[in-house]
Amino acid sequence: MKAMVALLLALIAAPAQAAQDYPADPLGSPMWRAHAQILFGDDPVRFDARVKVEFPAIAEDQRAFPVAIDARGIPGVRRMLLFADLNPIPVALDYRPIHAAPYVATRIKLDQRTPVRGAVQLTDGQWLVSGGWIDAAGGGCSTPPVSRVKGDWADHLGEIRGRAWPQQNGARLRLGFRHPMDTGLVANIATYHLDHLAVKDSDGRLLAEMDMWASVAEDPALTLMPDAPAGGRLLVEARDTNGRDYVARIDVARQSPIPARP
Amino acid sequence: MLSRRSVLTGLALLPVVARAAESYAIEPEQIAEGIWMVRGADAPIQPDNGGAIANIAIVDTPAGTVLIDCGPSLRYGLALKRVAEGLTGKPVIRVYVTHLHPDHGFGLGAFDPTRAAALPGTIAAIEAQGQGFSDAMYRILGDWMRGTDLLLPRVALTAGQEDFGGRTLRLMALSGHSSADLALLDEQTGLLIAGDLVFHDRAPSTPTADLLAWCASLDRLAALDHGALLPGHGPLDPGGTAAIAQTRDWLAWLDATLTDAIAAGLDMVEAGMLPIPDRFAGLAAARYELQRSVSHFYPELEAQLLPRVDRPD
Repeated sequence: MKAMVALLLALIAAPAQAAQDYPADPLGSPMWRAHAQILFGDDPVRFDARVKVEFPAIAEDQRAFPVAIDARGIPGVRRMLLFADLNPIPVALDYRPIHAAPYVATRIKLDQRTPVRGAVQLTDGQWLVSGGWIDAAGGGCSTPPVSRVKGDWADHLGEIRGRAWPQQNGARLRLGFRHPMDTGLVANIATYHLDHLAVKDSDGRLLAEMDMWASVAEDPALTLMPDAPAGGRLLVEARDTNGRDYVARIDVARQSPIPARP
Repeated sequence: MLSRRSVLTGLALLPVVARAAESYAIEPEQIAEGIWMVRGADAPIQPDNGGAIANIAIVDTPAGTVLIDCGPSLRYGLALKRVAEGLTGKPVIRVYVTHLHPDHGFGLGAFDPTRAAALPGTIAAIEAQGQGFSDAMYRILGDWMRGTDLLLPRVALTAGQEDFGGRTLRLMALSGHSSADLALLDEQTGLLIAGDLVFHDRAPSTPTADLLAWCASLDRLAALDHGALLPGHGPLDPGGTAAIAQTRDWLAWLDATLTDAIAAGLDMVEAGMLPIPDRFAGLAAARYELQRSVSHFYPELEAQLLPRVDRPD
Protein backbone atom coordinates (compact mmCIF):
# COMPACT_ATOMS: atom_id res chain seq x y z
CA MET A 1 0.00 0.00 0.00
CA LYS A 2 2.79 2.39 0.96
CA ALA A 3 4.61 1.59 -2.25
CA MET A 4 1.44 2.17 -4.20
CA VAL A 5 0.99 5.61 -2.67
CA ALA A 6 4.58 6.47 -3.41
CA LEU A 7 4.15 5.38 -7.02
CA LEU A 8 0.96 7.37 -7.35
CA LEU A 9 2.65 10.42 -5.87
CA ALA A 10 5.56 9.98 -8.27
CA LEU A 11 3.18 9.74 -11.21
CA ILE A 12 1.38 12.88 -10.12
CA ALA A 13 4.61 14.73 -9.38
CA ALA A 14 6.39 13.87 -12.63
CA PRO A 15 4.25 15.89 -15.03
CA ALA A 16 4.12 18.76 -12.56
CA GLN A 17 7.91 18.90 -12.45
CA ALA A 18 8.38 18.74 -16.19
CA ALA A 19 6.06 21.69 -16.48
CA GLN A 20 7.80 23.77 -13.80
CA ASP A 21 6.96 27.43 -13.83
CA TYR A 22 9.87 28.95 -15.68
CA PRO A 23 10.13 32.70 -15.14
CA ALA A 24 8.37 34.82 -17.76
CA ASP A 25 10.68 35.53 -20.68
CA PRO A 26 11.66 39.22 -20.82
CA LEU A 27 12.26 38.72 -24.57
CA GLY A 28 8.76 37.31 -25.16
CA SER A 29 10.06 34.48 -27.31
CA PRO A 30 7.56 31.89 -28.56
CA MET A 31 10.18 29.18 -27.97
CA TRP A 32 11.28 30.08 -24.45
CA ARG A 33 9.34 27.39 -22.58
CA ALA A 34 10.14 24.68 -25.12
CA HIS A 35 13.86 25.38 -24.96
CA ALA A 36 13.81 25.80 -21.18
CA GLN A 37 12.18 22.38 -20.74
CA ILE A 38 14.79 20.68 -22.93
CA LEU A 39 17.84 22.56 -21.71
CA PHE A 40 17.08 23.20 -18.03
CA GLY A 41 14.50 20.55 -17.15
CA ASP A 42 13.82 20.66 -13.43
CA ASP A 43 16.81 22.82 -12.53
CA PRO A 44 15.99 26.24 -11.09
CA VAL A 45 16.15 29.01 -13.69
CA ARG A 46 16.23 32.78 -13.43
CA PHE A 47 17.12 35.70 -15.64
CA ASP A 48 20.24 37.51 -14.51
CA ALA A 49 21.87 40.48 -16.25
CA ARG A 50 25.25 39.56 -14.76
CA VAL A 51 25.43 37.02 -17.58
CA LYS A 52 26.68 39.40 -20.24
CA VAL A 53 25.64 38.32 -23.73
CA GLU A 54 27.36 40.73 -26.06
CA PHE A 55 26.90 41.13 -29.79
CA PRO A 56 26.88 43.91 -32.41
CA ALA A 57 23.77 46.01 -33.03
CA ILE A 58 23.30 44.58 -36.52
CA ALA A 59 23.78 41.17 -38.08
CA GLU A 60 25.87 42.29 -41.04
CA ASP A 61 26.55 38.68 -42.03
CA GLN A 62 23.91 36.14 -41.00
CA ARG A 63 26.42 33.35 -41.70
CA ALA A 64 28.86 34.65 -39.09
CA PHE A 65 27.39 36.68 -36.24
CA PRO A 66 29.80 37.33 -33.37
CA VAL A 67 28.59 36.62 -29.84
CA ALA A 68 30.44 36.67 -26.51
CA ILE A 69 29.17 35.34 -23.18
CA ASP A 70 30.99 36.84 -20.24
CA ALA A 71 30.10 35.41 -16.82
CA ARG A 72 33.33 36.42 -15.09
CA GLY A 73 31.32 38.49 -12.62
CA ILE A 74 29.60 35.36 -11.28
CA PRO A 75 31.34 32.87 -8.98
CA GLY A 76 30.90 29.13 -9.40
CA VAL A 77 30.02 28.84 -13.11
CA ARG A 78 30.46 25.28 -14.30
CA ARG A 79 28.69 25.26 -17.66
CA MET A 80 27.76 27.79 -20.36
CA LEU A 81 25.24 27.41 -23.19
CA LEU A 82 24.93 29.65 -26.23
CA PHE A 83 21.65 29.32 -28.13
CA ALA A 84 19.38 31.19 -30.54
CA ASP A 85 15.69 30.41 -29.96
CA LEU A 86 14.50 30.53 -33.56
CA ASN A 87 17.44 28.84 -35.26
CA PRO A 88 16.70 25.39 -36.71
CA ILE A 89 19.77 24.25 -34.74
CA PRO A 90 19.20 26.33 -31.60
CA VAL A 91 22.20 25.40 -29.46
CA ALA A 92 25.63 26.43 -30.75
CA LEU A 93 27.90 25.67 -27.80
CA ASP A 94 27.85 23.78 -24.51
CA TYR A 95 31.02 24.87 -22.71
CA ARG A 96 32.49 23.63 -19.42
CA PRO A 97 35.22 25.99 -18.13
CA ILE A 98 36.71 23.54 -15.62
CA HIS A 99 39.94 25.42 -14.98
CA ALA A 100 39.11 28.47 -17.05
CA ALA A 101 37.38 31.80 -16.65
CA PRO A 102 33.68 31.64 -17.62
CA TYR A 103 34.04 33.49 -20.91
CA VAL A 104 33.45 32.26 -24.44
CA ALA A 105 33.22 34.13 -27.73
CA THR A 106 32.46 32.73 -31.17
CA ARG A 107 30.49 33.38 -34.37
CA ILE A 108 27.15 31.74 -35.08
CA LYS A 109 24.71 31.40 -37.95
CA LEU A 110 21.33 33.15 -37.81
CA ASP A 111 18.41 31.84 -39.80
CA GLN A 112 16.03 34.69 -39.00
CA ARG A 113 15.31 37.37 -36.40
CA THR A 114 15.79 35.60 -33.10
CA PRO A 115 16.67 35.90 -29.43
CA VAL A 116 20.33 35.06 -28.83
CA ARG A 117 20.96 33.84 -25.30
CA GLY A 118 23.63 32.77 -22.91
CA ALA A 119 22.77 30.46 -20.03
CA VAL A 120 25.25 29.60 -17.31
CA GLN A 121 24.85 26.85 -14.75
CA LEU A 122 26.31 27.27 -11.28
CA THR A 123 27.78 24.50 -9.16
CA ASP A 124 24.52 24.33 -7.18
CA GLY A 125 22.65 23.46 -10.37
CA GLN A 126 20.73 26.67 -10.98
CA TRP A 127 20.75 28.36 -14.38
CA LEU A 128 21.18 32.08 -14.98
CA VAL A 129 19.98 33.31 -18.37
CA SER A 130 20.39 36.51 -20.34
CA GLY A 131 20.31 37.67 -23.96
CA GLY A 132 18.62 39.89 -26.51
CA TRP A 133 16.88 39.96 -29.89
CA ILE A 134 18.84 40.40 -33.08
CA ASP A 135 17.30 41.07 -36.48
CA ALA A 136 18.76 39.02 -39.31
CA ALA A 137 18.12 38.14 -42.91
CA GLY A 138 17.17 34.53 -43.51
CA GLY A 139 19.39 31.74 -44.62
CA GLY A 140 22.35 31.64 -42.25
CA CYS A 141 21.77 27.94 -41.65
CA SER A 142 20.38 27.02 -45.04
CA THR A 143 22.80 28.51 -47.53
CA PRO A 144 25.92 26.59 -48.47
CA PRO A 145 29.20 27.48 -46.74
CA VAL A 146 31.50 29.73 -48.77
CA SER A 147 34.14 27.00 -48.94
CA ARG A 148 31.57 24.61 -50.44
CA VAL A 149 30.74 27.16 -53.11
CA LYS A 150 34.43 27.80 -53.80
CA GLY A 151 35.05 24.07 -53.62
CA ASP A 152 38.26 24.34 -51.60
CA TRP A 153 37.02 23.25 -48.17
CA ALA A 154 38.85 19.92 -48.29
CA ASP A 155 42.15 21.62 -49.16
CA HIS A 156 42.06 23.55 -45.91
CA LEU A 157 40.19 21.17 -43.60
CA GLY A 158 41.96 20.93 -40.28
CA GLU A 159 44.03 24.07 -40.58
CA ILE A 160 44.07 25.70 -37.17
CA ARG A 161 45.33 29.18 -36.40
CA GLY A 162 45.69 30.65 -32.97
CA ARG A 163 47.58 32.53 -30.34
CA ALA A 164 47.50 32.77 -26.58
CA TRP A 165 48.40 35.71 -24.38
CA PRO A 166 48.78 35.95 -20.62
CA GLN A 167 46.30 38.20 -18.86
CA GLN A 168 45.69 39.13 -15.26
CA ASN A 169 44.18 35.74 -14.46
CA GLY A 170 45.15 32.88 -16.74
CA ALA A 171 45.44 33.18 -20.50
CA ARG A 172 43.41 34.45 -23.42
CA LEU A 173 43.28 31.83 -26.16
CA ARG A 174 42.14 32.68 -29.67
CA LEU A 175 41.51 29.78 -32.05
CA GLY A 176 40.38 29.59 -35.66
CA PHE A 177 39.58 26.27 -37.40
CA ARG A 178 38.96 25.69 -41.08
CA HIS A 179 35.82 23.57 -41.20
CA PRO A 180 32.67 23.80 -43.38
CA MET A 181 30.36 23.20 -40.37
CA ASP A 182 27.66 21.80 -42.66
CA THR A 183 24.20 22.06 -41.12
CA GLY A 184 22.59 19.25 -43.11
CA LEU A 185 19.99 21.80 -44.25
CA VAL A 186 21.61 22.44 -47.64
CA ALA A 187 20.65 20.10 -50.45
CA ASN A 188 22.59 16.83 -50.52
CA ILE A 189 25.27 17.87 -48.05
CA ALA A 190 25.08 15.83 -44.85
CA THR A 191 25.62 17.31 -41.41
CA TYR A 192 29.35 17.65 -40.83
CA HIS A 193 30.75 19.78 -38.05
CA LEU A 194 33.26 19.98 -35.22
CA ASP A 195 31.48 18.47 -32.25
CA HIS A 196 33.93 18.30 -29.40
CA LEU A 197 36.87 20.36 -28.23
CA ALA A 198 39.14 20.08 -25.20
CA VAL A 199 41.88 22.38 -23.90
CA LYS A 200 44.61 20.80 -21.76
CA ASP A 201 47.76 22.04 -20.12
CA SER A 202 51.24 20.59 -20.65
CA ASP A 203 50.60 17.97 -17.96
CA GLY A 204 47.52 16.75 -19.76
CA ARG A 205 45.15 18.27 -17.20
CA LEU A 206 41.76 19.11 -18.70
CA LEU A 207 41.22 22.87 -18.43
CA ALA A 208 38.05 23.26 -20.47
CA GLU A 209 35.87 21.34 -22.90
CA MET A 210 32.89 21.99 -25.12
CA ASP A 211 30.37 20.38 -27.41
CA MET A 212 29.63 22.25 -30.61
CA TRP A 213 26.86 22.13 -33.20
CA ALA A 214 26.56 23.23 -36.82
CA SER A 215 24.97 26.55 -35.87
CA VAL A 216 28.52 27.68 -35.09
CA ALA A 217 29.68 29.60 -38.17
CA GLU A 218 31.80 28.05 -40.89
CA ASP A 219 35.51 28.17 -39.98
CA PRO A 220 34.79 28.28 -36.24
CA ALA A 221 36.54 30.98 -34.25
CA LEU A 222 36.73 30.82 -30.46
CA THR A 223 38.03 32.91 -27.60
CA LEU A 224 38.52 31.02 -24.32
CA MET A 225 40.30 31.93 -21.09
CA PRO A 226 42.01 28.83 -19.69
CA ASP A 227 44.10 28.92 -16.51
CA ALA A 228 47.60 28.80 -17.95
CA PRO A 229 50.69 30.78 -17.01
CA ALA A 230 52.74 33.05 -19.26
CA GLY A 231 55.12 30.84 -21.22
CA GLY A 232 52.98 27.74 -20.58
CA ARG A 233 51.87 25.39 -23.32
CA LEU A 234 48.27 24.60 -24.24
CA LEU A 235 47.10 21.51 -26.07
CA VAL A 236 43.86 21.72 -28.04
CA GLU A 237 42.17 18.50 -29.15
CA ALA A 238 39.03 18.54 -31.25
CA ARG A 239 36.95 16.00 -33.15
CA ASP A 240 34.33 16.34 -35.86
CA THR A 241 31.22 14.30 -36.62
CA ASN A 242 33.18 12.11 -39.05
CA GLY A 243 35.62 11.18 -36.31
CA ARG A 244 38.49 13.24 -37.69
CA ASP A 245 40.83 14.44 -34.94
CA TYR A 246 42.38 17.87 -34.74
CA VAL A 247 45.35 18.76 -32.56
CA ALA A 248 47.00 22.11 -31.95
CA ARG A 249 49.72 23.26 -29.59
CA ILE A 250 49.88 26.89 -28.57
CA ASP A 251 52.49 28.52 -26.36
CA VAL A 252 51.13 31.25 -24.13
CA ALA A 253 53.15 34.38 -24.90
CA ARG A 254 55.45 35.59 -22.15
CA GLN A 255 54.10 39.11 -22.39
CA SER A 256 50.58 40.40 -22.44
CA PRO A 257 49.40 41.86 -25.73
CA ILE A 258 49.68 45.52 -26.61
CA PRO A 259 46.19 46.86 -26.01
CA ALA A 260 44.30 47.80 -29.16
CA ARG A 261 44.58 51.54 -29.74
CA PRO A 262 41.54 53.70 -29.12
CA MET B 1 -25.24 49.51 -31.84
CA LEU B 2 -21.94 48.13 -32.90
CA SER B 3 -21.30 44.51 -32.16
CA ARG B 4 -17.97 43.61 -30.66
CA ARG B 5 -17.02 41.79 -33.83
CA SER B 6 -17.69 44.78 -36.08
CA VAL B 7 -15.60 47.00 -33.80
CA LEU B 8 -12.73 44.54 -33.99
CA THR B 9 -13.06 44.27 -37.74
CA GLY B 10 -13.09 48.03 -38.04
CA LEU B 11 -9.95 48.33 -35.93
CA ALA B 12 -8.20 45.71 -38.00
CA LEU B 13 -9.06 47.53 -41.22
CA LEU B 14 -8.13 51.01 -40.04
CA PRO B 15 -4.36 50.89 -40.42
CA VAL B 16 -4.65 49.41 -43.90
CA VAL B 17 -7.07 52.09 -45.05
CA ALA B 18 -5.15 54.91 -43.42
CA ARG B 19 -1.76 53.96 -44.82
CA ALA B 20 -1.14 55.42 -48.27
CA ALA B 21 2.18 54.65 -49.95
CA GLU B 22 4.89 56.84 -48.49
CA SER B 23 6.70 59.19 -50.84
CA TYR B 24 10.19 60.59 -51.10
CA ALA B 25 10.85 64.29 -50.53
CA ILE B 26 13.24 65.26 -53.31
CA GLU B 27 14.59 68.74 -52.64
CA PRO B 28 17.48 69.73 -54.92
CA GLU B 29 19.97 72.33 -53.67
CA GLN B 30 22.08 74.19 -56.20
CA ILE B 31 25.81 73.60 -55.55
CA ALA B 32 27.39 74.94 -58.76
CA GLU B 33 26.26 76.59 -61.96
CA GLY B 34 23.73 74.20 -63.48
CA ILE B 35 24.33 71.50 -60.84
CA TRP B 36 22.07 70.49 -57.96
CA MET B 37 22.48 67.89 -55.26
CA VAL B 38 19.72 65.87 -53.66
CA ARG B 39 21.02 65.13 -50.16
CA GLY B 40 20.61 61.65 -48.78
CA ALA B 41 19.93 60.99 -45.10
CA ASP B 42 23.17 60.47 -43.14
CA ALA B 43 21.86 57.22 -41.71
CA PRO B 44 21.71 53.50 -42.39
CA ILE B 45 19.15 52.22 -44.92
CA GLN B 46 15.98 52.19 -42.80
CA PRO B 47 12.22 52.20 -43.30
CA ASP B 48 12.02 55.79 -42.04
CA ASN B 49 14.19 57.06 -44.91
CA GLY B 50 13.09 54.63 -47.62
CA GLY B 51 16.74 53.92 -48.39
CA ALA B 52 17.29 57.47 -49.68
CA ILE B 53 20.70 57.83 -48.06
CA ALA B 54 22.96 58.56 -51.04
CA ASN B 55 23.59 61.99 -52.53
CA ILE B 56 22.38 62.41 -56.11
CA ALA B 57 23.60 65.05 -58.61
CA ILE B 58 21.49 66.69 -61.30
CA VAL B 59 23.46 68.39 -64.10
CA ASP B 60 21.81 70.75 -66.59
CA THR B 61 23.61 70.45 -69.96
CA PRO B 62 22.74 71.93 -73.35
CA ALA B 63 21.95 68.41 -74.58
CA GLY B 64 19.66 67.47 -71.71
CA THR B 65 19.58 66.49 -68.06
CA VAL B 66 22.35 64.28 -66.67
CA LEU B 67 21.96 62.40 -63.39
CA ILE B 68 24.71 60.96 -61.26
CA ASP B 69 23.09 58.04 -59.42
CA CYS B 70 19.36 57.46 -59.21
CA GLY B 71 18.46 56.30 -55.70
CA PRO B 72 17.29 53.11 -54.00
CA SER B 73 13.98 52.22 -55.67
CA LEU B 74 11.70 52.65 -58.65
CA ARG B 75 9.55 55.06 -56.64
CA TYR B 76 12.59 57.22 -55.91
CA GLY B 77 13.70 57.11 -59.55
CA LEU B 78 10.28 58.25 -60.77
CA ALA B 79 10.18 61.13 -58.29
CA LEU B 80 13.75 62.12 -59.14
CA LYS B 81 13.00 62.14 -62.88
CA ARG B 82 9.97 64.37 -62.37
CA VAL B 83 11.84 66.83 -60.15
CA ALA B 84 15.00 66.91 -62.29
CA GLU B 85 13.18 67.42 -65.58
CA GLY B 86 11.02 70.09 -63.97
CA LEU B 87 14.14 71.87 -62.77
CA THR B 88 15.97 71.94 -66.09
CA GLY B 89 13.05 71.72 -68.48
CA LYS B 90 14.96 69.02 -70.41
CA PRO B 91 14.61 65.24 -70.54
CA VAL B 92 17.08 62.97 -68.80
CA ILE B 93 19.59 61.80 -71.41
CA ARG B 94 22.14 60.10 -69.21
CA VAL B 95 22.07 58.33 -65.84
CA TYR B 96 25.47 57.40 -64.41
CA VAL B 97 25.57 54.65 -61.81
CA THR B 98 28.75 55.26 -59.83
CA HIS B 99 29.01 51.74 -58.34
CA LEU B 100 27.03 48.60 -57.57
CA HIS B 101 25.39 49.51 -54.26
CA PRO B 102 21.59 49.60 -54.20
CA ASP B 103 21.21 53.04 -52.60
CA HIS B 104 22.82 54.49 -55.76
CA GLY B 105 21.49 52.49 -58.69
CA PHE B 106 18.18 50.81 -57.90
CA GLY B 107 16.09 53.70 -59.26
CA LEU B 108 17.06 52.79 -62.85
CA GLY B 109 13.62 51.45 -63.72
CA ALA B 110 12.35 55.03 -64.07
CA PHE B 111 14.67 55.76 -66.99
CA ASP B 112 15.37 54.69 -70.56
CA PRO B 113 17.72 51.72 -70.04
CA THR B 114 19.81 52.66 -73.07
CA ARG B 115 20.71 55.93 -71.30
CA ALA B 116 22.03 54.22 -68.17
CA ALA B 117 25.83 54.02 -67.98
CA ALA B 118 28.38 52.50 -65.62
CA LEU B 119 31.90 51.11 -65.60
CA PRO B 120 32.12 47.53 -66.97
CA GLY B 121 33.24 46.37 -63.51
CA THR B 122 30.12 47.88 -61.98
CA ILE B 123 27.82 46.20 -64.49
CA ALA B 124 29.51 42.84 -63.85
CA ALA B 125 29.27 43.35 -60.08
CA ILE B 126 25.56 44.21 -60.22
CA GLU B 127 25.01 41.11 -62.34
CA ALA B 128 26.83 38.95 -59.79
CA GLN B 129 25.69 40.49 -56.50
CA GLY B 130 22.63 42.56 -57.36
CA GLN B 131 20.04 39.93 -56.49
CA GLY B 132 21.44 39.61 -52.98
CA PHE B 133 21.34 43.38 -52.53
CA SER B 134 17.80 43.46 -53.94
CA ASP B 135 16.62 40.79 -51.49
CA ALA B 136 18.14 42.72 -48.58
CA MET B 137 16.52 46.00 -49.73
CA TYR B 138 13.07 44.42 -50.00
CA ARG B 139 13.51 42.84 -46.58
CA ILE B 140 14.49 46.10 -44.90
CA LEU B 141 12.31 48.57 -46.83
CA GLY B 142 9.23 46.57 -47.76
CA ASP B 143 6.69 48.69 -49.65
CA TRP B 144 9.21 51.40 -50.53
CA MET B 145 10.70 48.89 -52.99
CA ARG B 146 7.45 47.97 -54.73
CA GLY B 147 7.99 47.45 -58.47
CA THR B 148 11.76 47.80 -58.24
CA ASP B 149 13.43 45.28 -60.55
CA LEU B 150 17.11 44.55 -60.76
CA LEU B 151 18.31 46.33 -63.91
CA LEU B 152 21.73 46.60 -65.48
CA PRO B 153 23.08 49.82 -67.01
CA ARG B 154 23.29 49.20 -70.77
CA VAL B 155 26.18 51.55 -71.57
CA ALA B 156 29.65 50.37 -70.50
CA LEU B 157 31.91 53.34 -69.87
CA THR B 158 35.61 53.71 -70.27
CA ALA B 159 37.67 56.41 -68.56
CA GLY B 160 37.78 59.61 -70.59
CA GLN B 161 35.04 62.11 -71.03
CA GLU B 162 31.52 62.59 -72.28
CA ASP B 163 30.39 65.79 -73.96
CA PHE B 164 26.79 66.94 -73.65
CA GLY B 165 26.43 69.74 -76.21
CA GLY B 166 29.44 71.60 -74.86
CA ARG B 167 29.29 70.67 -71.19
CA THR B 168 31.94 68.03 -70.61
CA LEU B 169 32.15 65.53 -67.77
CA ARG B 170 35.50 63.84 -67.16
CA LEU B 171 35.10 60.19 -66.16
CA MET B 172 37.56 58.50 -63.82
CA ALA B 173 37.59 54.72 -63.43
CA LEU B 174 38.71 54.03 -59.86
CA SER B 175 38.10 51.34 -57.26
CA GLY B 176 38.38 50.54 -53.57
CA HIS B 177 34.95 51.30 -52.17
CA SER B 178 33.91 48.57 -54.58
CA SER B 179 35.54 46.73 -57.47
CA ALA B 180 34.70 49.63 -59.82
CA ASP B 181 33.98 53.19 -58.68
CA LEU B 182 33.20 56.03 -61.04
CA ALA B 183 34.13 59.60 -60.14
CA LEU B 184 33.20 62.55 -62.36
CA LEU B 185 34.64 66.03 -62.79
CA ASP B 186 32.51 68.80 -64.27
CA GLU B 187 35.03 70.65 -66.47
CA GLN B 188 32.95 73.83 -66.47
CA THR B 189 32.80 74.40 -62.71
CA GLY B 190 35.54 72.10 -61.37
CA LEU B 191 33.00 70.29 -59.16
CA LEU B 192 34.16 66.79 -58.31
CA ILE B 193 31.37 64.23 -57.95
CA ALA B 194 33.17 61.51 -56.06
CA GLY B 195 30.55 58.81 -55.55
CA ASP B 196 31.20 56.64 -52.51
CA LEU B 197 34.97 56.97 -52.76
CA VAL B 198 34.44 59.98 -50.50
CA PHE B 199 32.25 60.18 -47.41
CA HIS B 200 31.88 63.41 -45.43
CA ASP B 201 30.88 63.62 -41.76
CA ARG B 202 29.39 60.17 -42.21
CA ALA B 203 31.43 57.01 -41.55
CA PRO B 204 32.51 55.14 -44.72
CA SER B 205 30.87 51.78 -45.35
CA THR B 206 32.97 48.83 -46.46
CA PRO B 207 30.89 45.80 -47.53
CA THR B 208 32.77 45.48 -50.82
CA ALA B 209 35.88 47.51 -49.99
CA ASP B 210 39.55 46.98 -50.72
CA LEU B 211 41.22 49.43 -48.35
CA LEU B 212 44.56 49.65 -50.19
CA ALA B 213 42.90 50.33 -53.54
CA TRP B 214 40.54 52.80 -51.87
CA CYS B 215 43.43 54.82 -50.41
CA ALA B 216 45.18 54.81 -53.81
CA SER B 217 41.99 56.18 -55.40
CA LEU B 218 41.75 58.88 -52.72
CA ASP B 219 45.35 59.88 -53.50
CA ARG B 220 44.39 60.29 -57.16
CA LEU B 221 41.36 62.40 -56.29
CA ALA B 222 43.45 64.54 -53.91
CA ALA B 223 46.00 65.17 -56.67
CA LEU B 224 43.28 66.16 -59.14
CA ASP B 225 42.80 69.87 -59.85
CA HIS B 226 39.22 70.38 -58.68
CA GLY B 227 36.97 72.72 -56.77
CA ALA B 228 34.13 71.73 -54.46
CA LEU B 229 33.44 68.05 -53.86
CA LEU B 230 30.12 66.23 -53.70
CA PRO B 231 30.62 63.08 -51.59
CA GLY B 232 28.48 59.97 -51.98
CA HIS B 233 27.22 60.51 -48.44
CA GLY B 234 27.29 63.59 -46.22
CA PRO B 235 27.34 67.32 -46.87
CA LEU B 236 29.05 69.10 -49.78
CA ASP B 237 32.71 69.88 -49.17
CA PRO B 238 33.13 73.42 -50.57
CA GLY B 239 36.95 73.35 -50.29
CA GLY B 240 37.21 69.93 -51.93
CA THR B 241 40.02 68.56 -49.73
CA ALA B 242 38.59 68.06 -46.22
CA ALA B 243 36.25 65.19 -47.08
CA ILE B 244 38.99 63.29 -48.94
CA ALA B 245 41.32 63.70 -45.95
CA GLN B 246 38.61 62.63 -43.50
CA THR B 247 37.73 59.51 -45.49
CA ARG B 248 41.41 58.57 -45.73
CA ASP B 249 41.88 59.19 -41.99
CA TRP B 250 38.96 56.88 -41.10
CA LEU B 251 40.14 54.11 -43.43
CA ALA B 252 43.71 54.27 -42.09
CA TRP B 253 42.41 54.25 -38.50
CA LEU B 254 40.09 51.32 -39.28
CA ASP B 255 42.89 49.29 -40.85
CA ALA B 256 45.30 49.92 -37.95
CA THR B 257 42.62 49.35 -35.33
CA LEU B 258 41.52 45.98 -36.70
CA THR B 259 45.12 44.83 -37.09
CA ASP B 260 45.88 45.87 -33.50
CA ALA B 261 42.70 44.23 -32.23
CA ILE B 262 43.78 40.91 -33.69
CA ALA B 263 47.28 41.33 -32.25
CA ALA B 264 45.65 41.98 -28.88
CA GLY B 265 43.57 38.80 -29.16
CA LEU B 266 40.22 40.55 -29.29
CA ASP B 267 37.10 38.84 -30.52
CA MET B 268 34.90 40.48 -33.18
CA VAL B 269 32.42 41.55 -30.50
CA GLU B 270 35.16 43.31 -28.54
CA ALA B 271 36.63 44.88 -31.69
CA GLY B 272 33.22 46.31 -32.56
CA MET B 273 33.01 47.94 -29.12
CA LEU B 274 36.45 49.62 -29.24
CA PRO B 275 36.37 53.35 -28.53
CA ILE B 276 36.10 55.62 -31.56
CA PRO B 277 38.56 58.55 -31.40
CA ASP B 278 37.18 62.01 -30.61
CA ARG B 279 38.23 63.35 -34.00
CA PHE B 280 35.50 61.15 -35.54
CA ALA B 281 32.82 62.39 -33.12
CA GLY B 282 31.18 64.36 -35.94
CA LEU B 283 30.79 61.32 -38.19
CA ALA B 284 27.25 59.97 -38.38
CA ALA B 285 26.76 56.18 -38.12
CA ALA B 286 30.34 55.68 -36.87
CA ARG B 287 29.65 52.81 -34.42
CA TYR B 288 27.31 51.16 -36.92
CA GLU B 289 29.92 51.25 -39.68
CA LEU B 290 32.74 50.12 -37.37
CA GLN B 291 30.72 47.03 -36.42
CA ARG B 292 29.91 46.36 -40.08
CA SER B 293 33.57 46.76 -41.03
CA VAL B 294 34.62 44.32 -38.30
CA SER B 295 32.28 41.82 -39.92
CA HIS B 296 33.67 42.56 -43.39
CA PHE B 297 37.37 42.30 -42.59
CA TYR B 298 38.00 40.40 -39.36
CA PRO B 299 37.83 36.75 -40.46
CA GLU B 300 40.18 37.30 -43.38
CA LEU B 301 42.58 39.45 -41.35
CA GLU B 302 42.72 36.80 -38.62
CA ALA B 303 43.52 34.17 -41.22
CA GLN B 304 46.43 36.36 -42.35
CA LEU B 305 47.72 37.45 -38.96
CA LEU B 306 47.30 34.45 -36.64
CA PRO B 307 49.95 31.74 -37.04
CA ARG B 308 49.20 28.09 -37.85
CA VAL B 309 49.22 25.99 -34.70
CA ASP B 310 48.07 22.61 -36.03
CA ARG B 311 51.59 21.33 -36.67
CA PRO B 312 52.99 18.76 -34.25
CA ASP B 313 56.08 19.93 -32.40
